[in-house]
Amino acid sequence: MSQAQNGQRMSGADIVLESLKRIGVNVVFGYPGGVVLPLYDRFPAHPEVRHILVRHEQGGGHAADGYARAAGRLGCALATSGPGATNLVTAITNAMMDSVPTLFVTGNVARNLLGKDGFQEADITGITTPIVKHNYLVMRAEDLAYTFSEAAYIATTGRPGPVHIDIPKDVFQEETAFVWPERVVIRGYDPSPQPGPAQIARAAAIIDAAERPIIIAGHGVILSGASAELRAFAEKTGTPVLNTLLGLGSIPTDHALAYGLLGMHGSYEANHAASTADVVIGIGNRMDDRALGRFADFNPTAQVVHIDIDPAEHGKNITTVAPIVGDAKLALAALTAAVAQRTHVPWIRWIDDLRAEHAHSMAIPSGPELSVQQVVSRISAVNADDTVIVTGVGQHQMWAAQHMRFTHPHQLITSGGLGTMGFEVPAALGAQVARPDAAVWSICGDGGFQMTLQELATMVDEQLPVKMAIMNNGYLGMVRQWQELFYKDNYVSVAMSQPDFVKLAEAYGIMGLRVTGPEQVDDAIRAANAHPGPVILDFQVQAEGNVWPMVPAGAALRETVEAPREQQEVAR
Amino acid sequence: MKHTMVALVEDRPGVLNRVASLFRRRGFNIDSLAVGTTEEAGISRMTIVVEDEGAGGIVDQVQRQLYKLIDVVRVEQLTSAEAVMRELALVKVRCTTEQRHALLDLVGIFRAHVVDVSPTTVVVEIVAAEERLSAFIANVEPYGVLELVRTGRIAMLRGERTTAQHPPVGEAEPDEVQRFHHESGRRPEGDLPYVSD
Ligand SMILES: Cc1ncc(C[n+]2csc(CCOP(=O)(O)OP(=O)(O)O)c2C)c(N)n1
Ligand SMILES: [Mg+2]
Repeated sequence: MSQAQNGQRMSGADIVLESLKRIGVNVVFGYPGGVVLPLYDRFPAHPEVRHILVRHEQGGGHAADGYARAAGRLGCALATSGPGATNLVTAITNAMMDSVPTLFVTGNVARNLLGKDGFQEADITGITTPIVKHNYLVMRAEDLAYTFSEAAYIATTGRPGPVHIDIPKDVFQEETAFVWPERVVIRGYDPSPQPGPAQIARAAAIIDAAERPIIIAGHGVILSGASAELRAFAEKTGTPVLNTLLGLGSIPTDHALAYGLLGMHGSYEANHAASTADVVIGIGNRMDDRALGRFADFNPTAQVVHIDIDPAEHGKNITTVAPIVGDAKLALAALTAAVAQRTHVPWIRWIDDLRAEHAHSMAIPSGPELSVQQVVSRISAVNADDTVIVTGVGQHQMWAAQHMRFTHPHQLITSGGLGTMGFEVPAALGAQVARPDAAVWSICGDGGFQMTLQELATMVDEQLPVKMAIMNNGYLGMVRQWQELFYKDNYVSVAMSQPDFVKLAEAYGIMGLRVTGPEQVDDAIRAANAHPGPVILDFQVQAEGNVWPMVPAGAALRETVEAPREQQEVAR
Repeated sequence: MKHTMVALVEDRPGVLNRVASLFRRRGFNIDSLAVGTTEEAGISRMTIVVEDEGAGGIVDQVQRQLYKLIDVVRVEQLTSAEAVMRELALVKVRCTTEQRHALLDLVGIFRAHVVDVSPTTVVVEIVAAEERLSAFIANVEPYGVLELVRTGRIAMLRGERTTAQHPPVGEAEPDEVQRFHHESGRRPEGDLPYVSD
């Protein structure tokens, strides 16, 4: 591969592409337009950087996000000025909320036109400032190389996140010497991952004295590659592990200490264990309301130990007696070395008993109607363990989180913080680009699928064999559930007429399968896997299933509600 | 309660917007904001005064969020016990030649200065802590205040301590940077200030 020499003269466009190579970006999900033409003109000269033409910039942004999560490395999306750039906004916010290392590059109008409302100008750095980890408007070609290297450093270190670089058209055209910086030192940025020994010692003392400890493992465990350390720590201290939505996969579902999802749709036993514990150990999670319920009543008597690399997360929502500022992997290694070997047999038996008593609350419906729970658990059962699972947002997402098996970190790719419907198709596309040899199954909502289905064409162009399982309930199901439970069955704007998804698949030149009954499910999954290209599976599932258990918005975890209906009528 | 925060920031386009945005997002009204250069090239100093209406601790969290901004090098909350706090105001007062004597008396009492005189007006400059400044304004009110401008509070620690121990630009080794952040409270060892209660 050709490497530019330091000092070599080249255009801003060439510097951008050369810089992308240096920071390890070899795939860009992009969409062209006037001001980025000078950059597109130079793509052929840099074949190491693959450009994937998406069909909408939001799709490109989510694809970069899905790519980053599946690959565990920086994802990159590119758009033109004005509408191209504003179309990225949802995807950038999504990456910000879920701490995904991503780089968003936009073109802008030429420097002399900035701020004059010329054709397709948007103040895009003004727009993205509150939704990025950092952003830049690069006003000189000579600043490009440094900016890209700094951007990659910021996006991938500390608490990862999106970085946005906006480049006026004539900066792409300006010629200057290429100078790659030797290292990046930023005075106001300290991503040093090593936790302090005093914090470790303090936390260890609390953990050693615990009788009913619980771990809440979040996305940070996966982002820092700390799964092995998490297991070692949990095993040494005999502590059961709960997961936030984005933490699923950090410990295998079938590990003896794994108790699955907590929170709004967490299991009864997980929620009660979290609110009964005497020591709560949060690891790489942000103590979010969806996971912890009403903060004041989450677990007022527990002592909270919290490992997070972002100091602003400590004590944000709940009182924390032992904060550990640092990378989850390093912190867990240090903490494991510092704590005593323990077992908590009575405590675990208590949780197991709860689990047995309340197993009905998460039972998979066995009726003649197809249910989402059935479909997702069969997708898990039939597929290999390392299958990548992507989801949309809604009921199907929660059922996937509850009923699928997750054995690997980076296995579940879902929009947690922002809850972005429409994530499922483009993120799966990006994940398949990152993991060409893995099976990628996207669990799609019939609503969410229709938000970004234009990317089917991209999958066809790039021959990405994503399997898209649409959970066709004819409803914006999660919203319907809330209207049923909290608005007295008053269904407003939640029923949708659907296109014929099989015909739609055909229109795109994609294999389409319709599944109407439980007995067809396994065969359909196998048929999809046997097909070398993308597949759309239209699973016609029951229309009005509800996700249980549920912690109503604003309620405490210990107020977890189970079916049946009568008990669900909690006033809200 | 009013809080005085001092932020040392990289002198770059957009930095004011980033800082202000954090307060806007939480619905905080900024009482005053003074920005200027410092003893160090490339570093600006912002003095931000905000009212913390709700439960305490919100300002502490904002401080930590300010630290998340890449361009923010250091943030400190100063109290009037440990810091000198001043504000400058220019006041244009309606004042005839006959009234001038009495007004000058007031100016003297408040250790202010007259910086411009016309047959019908006087411009007074006053540097003071906020309360004294407000008292002065109240006293000249009967003359008729035609125009008033205040710079907003600026503050500096008394004695040896400073809010400016950052290493020189570009020469910082990663280790030093790390140590600096520990010392400045950005990544503290042990307890505080990340313990919330
Ligand atoms: C972009 C966006 N708009 C609106 C919402 C609010 N919302 C949350 S879940 C949901 C329904 C999702 O419907 P569908 O994709 O069919 O999934 P289901 O709940 O039926 O499984 C809606 C509208 C959202 N999360 N994202
Ligand atoms: Mg639906």
